[in-house]
Amino acid sequence: MASASSPNPNRAAPPAQPAPARLELISISKRFGDTLANDSISLRVQPGEIHALLGENGAGKSTLMKVLYGVHTPDSGSILWHNREVDIADPNAARRLGIGMVFQHFCLIERMTVFENLQLALPELKAAALQQRFDALRQRLGLQVRLEDRVGQLSAGERQRVEILRCLMADVELLILDEPTSVLTPGEVQTLIATLRLLADDGCSILFISHKLVEVQQLCERATVLRAGRVVGSVRVADSDRAGLVAMMMGEAPAAAPQRPLAVIGEPLLALRADNCGRLRSARLELAGGEIVGIGGVAGSGQETLQDLVSGEQRLPPDRVRFMGEDIGHLSVQQRRLRGVRSLPVDRLGRAAAAGLSLAENFLLTHYGQGPLQQGPWVDWRRPAGAARQAIADFAITAPSEHAPARDLSGGNLQRFLVARELAGQPRLLVCYNPTWGVDPAAASRIHDALQDARQAGAAILLLSEDIDELFSLCDRLGALCNGVLSPLLPRTEVSTELMGRWMTEHAEAAGQ
Amino acid sequence: MQLQKRAKPARHMLWLAPVLAIMLTLLTGTALFAALGLSPLPVLKAFFVDPVRDAYGVSELLLKVTPLLLCATGLSLCFRARVWNIGAEGQFLLGSLCGGAVALWFNDENLAGSARIGAVGAAVAAGIAGGMFWAGLVALLRHRFNCSEILTSIMLNYVALNLLLWAVHGPLKDPDGFSFPESALLVDALLLPSVVDGYRTHVGFVLALLLLVALGVIGSRTLLGFQLRVVGESAAAARYAGFHEGRLLWLVLLACGGLAGLAGAFEVLGPVGQVTPHLSSGYGFAAIIVVFLGRGHPLGILLAALLQALTFIGGENLQIEFGLPKSIAFIFQGLLLFYLLAADVLVNYRLVISGDSVAQVQG
Repeated sequence: MASASSPNPNRAAPPAQPAPARLELISISKRFGDTLANDSISLRVQPGEIHALLGENGAGKSTLMKVLYGVHTPDSGSILWHNREVDIADPNAARRLGIGMVFQHFCLIERMTVFENLQLALPELKAAALQQRFDALRQRLGLQVRLEDRVGQLSAGERQRVEILRCLMADVELLILDEPTSVLTPGEVQTLIATLRLLADDGCSILFISHKLVEVQQLCERATVLRAGRVVGSVRVADSDRAGLVAMMMGEAPAAAPQRPLAVIGEPLLALRADNCGRLRSARLELAGGEIVGIGGVAGSGQETLQDLVSGEQRLPPDRVRFMGEDIGHLSVQQRRLRGVRSLPVDRLGRAAAAGLSLAENFLLTHYGQGPLQQGPWVDWRRPAGAARQAIADFAITAPSEHAPARDLSGGNLQRFLVARELAGQPRLLVCYNPTWGVDPAAASRIHDALQDARQAGAAILLLSEDIDELFSLCDRLGALCNGVLSPLLPRTEVSTELMGRWMTEHAEAAGQ
Repeated sequence: MQLQKRAKPARHMLWLAPVLAIMLTLLTGTALFAALGLSPLPVLKAFFVDPVRDAYGVSELLLKVTPLLLCATGLSLCFRARVWNIGAEGQFLLGSLCGGAVALWFNDENLAGSARIGAVGAAVAAGIAGGMFWAGLVALLRHRFNCSEILTSIMLNYVALNLLLWAVHGPLKDPDGFSFPESALLVDALLLPSVVDGYRTHVGFVLALLLLVALGVIGSRTLLGFQLRVVGESAAAARYAGFHEGRLLWLVLLACGGLAGLAGAFEVLGPVGQVTPHLSSGYGFAAIIVVFLGRGHPLGILLAALLQALTFIGGENLQIEFGLPKSIAFIFQGLLLFYLLAADVLVNYRLVISGDSVAQVQG
């Protein structure tokens, strides 16, 4: 595989000889049952290098990182750390070597303060020393984190900063970040990128796992691309274009995204007026069949409330929600679902699906009562099982069977299953929040196609998303929530990314209508 | 020796854990009897084998199984929805008190024909209503004020017991009973008919079996059973699906209260034949163990109820034959639950016997 890569261009003059790599993985293989998750993977990371690990879901990125972090033991191959072969038995051993990892799902105790969480990870440090080291790091990196805050009250971006700080305080030389931007807003992503650059300048090596090519291009010097457990290539990011990287990841060059024509707006299907409901302070919303309306905004701007008001999980006075000429503000979830209103919340496991129930049972969750799958008091389990099997086949979902519990599916597969489930109900109106959050590009594009198809079939789709690219590529009309206030909804062609940015950060009134 | 988390819960351990718990209970029992200076084998035989040597013994066993089954059926509905009702004992007692009071009101030697059926029916209905009322208090406190049903249902057990004590010392006391805290004996016409003449197992046992079958059908083939599982699995998913959490809470508690109350009324109208302070031998508590031991599955519940009833009868037998205290039965029940909870750890964890440290993801 690749020869020693060039050192960080931001650093001092390159040495005459290629420096010994900080980390070298040689022919790492790891098998789970019938699946060869890692097939003799080799990889090299220099001091101060930001190295991207690219690949679709299931390409073997996470397995490789868990091998490196001591969670899994490799079946074969070796790990060189500073040119010395090491055996990383467990995460403690990895941390002792100077390897830190920030997982996609944060490992912080919500009821404790930031300080207490840091203490927990670094029990050997006295409080004063901890404080001192924290202050030094905060000043160096310019991170805004307050030690006395409770983690439960922090945003995703803030929690991630705490996680990174926790790794850094243990003097890491290699920081592994697993899909770090999937939970961040665009602004937070820029903060993270700036932080990582500073770290690299200090000589810390970074392994950056991501699907998002824009960020990889912005941040990384080299990228190693994995597909189906093998290294497809290792390239200098500056020398390769986006299409080339996607082609390496997916195994084929993707067709350029077609410019989708704007919908011809028909009769209004849904009209909603809400003031001062939970986090939502003011929202006026009209939706017609055959259009996708996108609403951006940083997390916690009132998206959940808006979704719940449409789906019926939160009720309003009847006339505040009008659907197909009928006042439905007071109607329950099920009453609205039977009228064709469906919803896909952001929490897949635990809300959109019950973790311990099988896929067939989870299918019935939103298809019970007065439908072809179940009516009256009895359940014939063959019907939801058949429908679930159909969804698995139609969306090429990787699942052992329709009787497998939802928790056994990977995030991307579960999300495709849930989209398939909701679309199987032939909704007139579908409201979904971050439908492609943390989903690999292939699955995301499958979900986007499915939403497009539903729109073609005449459904109205309300897409709440924190992914700007998704909003601009998919939607007919756009708006944004900021602090519970909904901006006006304008046709996509009249919305620039700057306007979107202003909507997301200033109150709609101030942003100018 | 270390515990290592399994990737997914082990299905085989779900059924193996109860077996393991029973074995450990027997072993500990053996050690206990040995420590008391008794030869363990004859004692265990007197405990577990002698009570069911003959048809009469089996009939006595089924008599004890009846209230256990009724309470366990109700509790398993609650536990399926993760409503932790620990109050079946109190609901049982209130059922026996209400059922007994109505039966005593009709207590007349000349009762016959349709009047007799009406009187028994009214007593049974009063028992069910009493249990439902007691469980309804728990539902109300949880639904309206979000009180933990565990605490309220436990505490209401003691209130129910004291209500019963007050009743047998006061309004229900037999005027001709030499001031014993007991009601008058019910006339034969008010007592439930036996399944087989000459044996005490009454028709309530047949009903309990039918209700257990109904429980199985509800659990696996109805929308209601599905809704209970979803609510138990994830309240957020239930709200998203549009299930009425509050309604389901009321439903399982009222159903459980009704069944426990029915069991209480059956005790008064069956083997006991009067209202006394000692109507329940702790059936409502023992039924909790039955549900857990039987994994909430009808067949499992039946087997666990048989075992649990055996500890009651076996305990009495030990009292008679070896002069051991009655609490021996409770010790066995406690051991069983204790070992079951301990063995249940193995469903989610595996035991690793080695000196190496075990991988742990930073938490």
